[in-house]
Amino acid sequence: MTSQDRPIVSIRDVRKTYATGFQALKGVDLEIARGEVLALLGPNGAGKTTLISLICGMARLEEGIIEVGGHDVVRDYRAARRMIGLVPQELALEPFSKVRDSVAYSRGLFGKPRDDARVEAVLRSLSLWEKRDAKINELSGGMKRRVLIAKALAHDPEVLFLDEPTAGVDVELRKGMWDVMRELRAQGVTIILTTHYIEEAEAMADRVAVISGGRILLIEETGALMRRMGSKRLTIELQTPAGAIPPALERYDLTLSADGMSIDYAYDRAAERTGIASLLHDLSQAGLRLRDVRTTQDSLEDIFVNLVKEDP
Amino acid sequence: MNLAAIRAIYVSEMARTFRTLLQSVVSPVISTSLYFVVFGAAIGSRIDQVEGVAYGAFIVPGLIMLTVLTQSVTNAAFGIYFPKFVGTIYETLSAPVSFWEVMVGYVGAAATKAMMIGLIIYATANLFVDLPIAHPGLAFMFLALTCISFSMFGFIIGIWAKNFEQLQLVPLLVITPLVFLGGSFYSVSMLPPAWQTVTLFNPVLYLVSGFRWAFFETSDVAVGASLAAIALFMAACLFAIRTIFATGWRLRD
Ligand SMILES: Nc1ncnc2c1ncn2[C@@H]1O[C@H](COP(=O)(O)OP(=O)(O)O)[C@@H](O)[C@H]1O
Ligand SMILES: [Mg+2]
Repeated sequence: MTSQDRPIVSIRDVRKTYATGFQALKGVDLEIARGEVLALLGPNGAGKTTLISLICGMARLEEGIIEVGGHDVVRDYRAARRMIGLVPQELALEPFSKVRDSVAYSRGLFGKPRDDARVEAVLRSLSLWEKRDAKINELSGGMKRRVLIAKALAHDPEVLFLDEPTAGVDVELRKGMWDVMRELRAQGVTIILTTHYIEEAEAMADRVAVISGGRILLIEETGALMRRMGSKRLTIELQTPAGAIPPALERYDLTLSADGMSIDYAYDRAAERTGIASLLHDLSQAGLRLRDVRTTQDSLEDIFVNLVKEDP
Repeated sequence: MNLAAIRAIYVSEMARTFRTLLQSVVSPVISTSLYFVVFGAAIGSRIDQVEGVAYGAFIVPGLIMLTVLTQSVTNAAFGIYFPKFVGTIYETLSAPVSFWEVMVGYVGAAATKAMMIGLIIYATANLFVDLPIAHPGLAFMFLALTCISFSMFGFIIGIWAKNFEQLQLVPLLVITPLVFLGGSFYSVSMLPPAWQTVTLFNPVLYLVSGFRWAFFETSDVAVGASLAAIALFMAACLFAIRTIFATGWRLRD
């Protein structure tokens, strides 16, 4: 195996119990390939930040093994951390420092010699060059987020962790952030981003790891996952209970409720033809009398519930 | 060793000092002048000499120590507390740096600032009294060791503190009383015997005494004892800091 094929980040059976006794990670295994964008998708409290903190060194790793670029993050922390850039969830910045100084500081902290040209290039790539001499506390929230990215990129990391980069930002800023990520991906930077927006995972990631309750429920290529997650449900309530799904309706993906009073039809929201019209027609042809019809879309919570159920 | 990181921390901490230069420099000059007015003029007119040294000059080493100790502890404590407070500590924790490197950066900057202020006070005091130094090299060494060891102590306080009250509590409740009771403004021999014994347990006594000896060749305790006391204190701080980083206490979850 060449170093190109080996995962750039490898996480094996990692658990984390905080001082409070709370177990935030309950055995995580994950391998991230060089150059990919991986989204860690999960609700608040899933353990996304905890996992990133263990990889990057903000939390102590006591159970399990994490390697970055083949370097153990505990034993060989210097080599591992030199490869990593981290954009934290909170807008943590020194308020009175200048943008340029703050980015240069990060570069130094990561052991790189001073390089004004490199700092300038990073600032320009994030549209921050005009603000180079502004103090951090004079910047808007979106700019602060970009300063955090600039700081994370100042030492030319190979792996970039972005913890909820678009939480609480408006649509326009989110799109801008996605452009930044795409550009970095094109440069070959491996990106791990956490999010609780399905759309963001869909737009950005090559693969999605769904995390909930301190466990990774599945890791899947984004397209396949979206097809699975993107389903909508049509619930058809009946006037009189049905004993079984009539054979004439077999070609539809239907589920009869336990009391026989309603039928669920799952369909792909993205499909051109939903098949609803013909289903309704075929239902009445089969002699079923409808009382009511409504549609529901799986929320993130539903999806998680389903995933947990599917998990053997 | 990550020298670039030490340099980055040191430079950025010094930059913070220079952003507040006026207040950093002016306030010690003013308070020194006030001490001279109060102690030198009011008390000095009653106490002519202490152990053969003019009272105005006698108090200068103590005065410098008082400010330098407080400054060291406060600067270093604030230096490491501030990133915890605003959240930028995440960067230090995720950087390829060892705790020695982090400590050298923060403590180095805090000690430098305290040292500068010590020298400014010395210069100010020169305006009021005649101040020859018998052993300049030794005086400088005492000053430097004091700044470094108490900056380490402040560094620990900054890591320990969970809020601003705690951050200010130690300098206020521990350092200032220790300095005042450590023979800064009097010779310990002027105290009742029982108190003389109690004072021997005060680490600041050894600093002030050693520092004063470097000026006037008069001291409450032997110079060797003073040096040993600083070395002991420094070793204790280093051990504490090493333990803190090894366990991640108050820094890493
Ligand atoms: N320092 C901590 N001490 C105790 N519990 C924590 C700590 N940090 C996070 N937790 C808990 O661990 C769980 C996972 O948190 P986190 O990793 O921040 O989730 P996410 O980033 O996915 O929202 C949450 O229940 C949270 O309350
Ligand atoms: Mg989080």
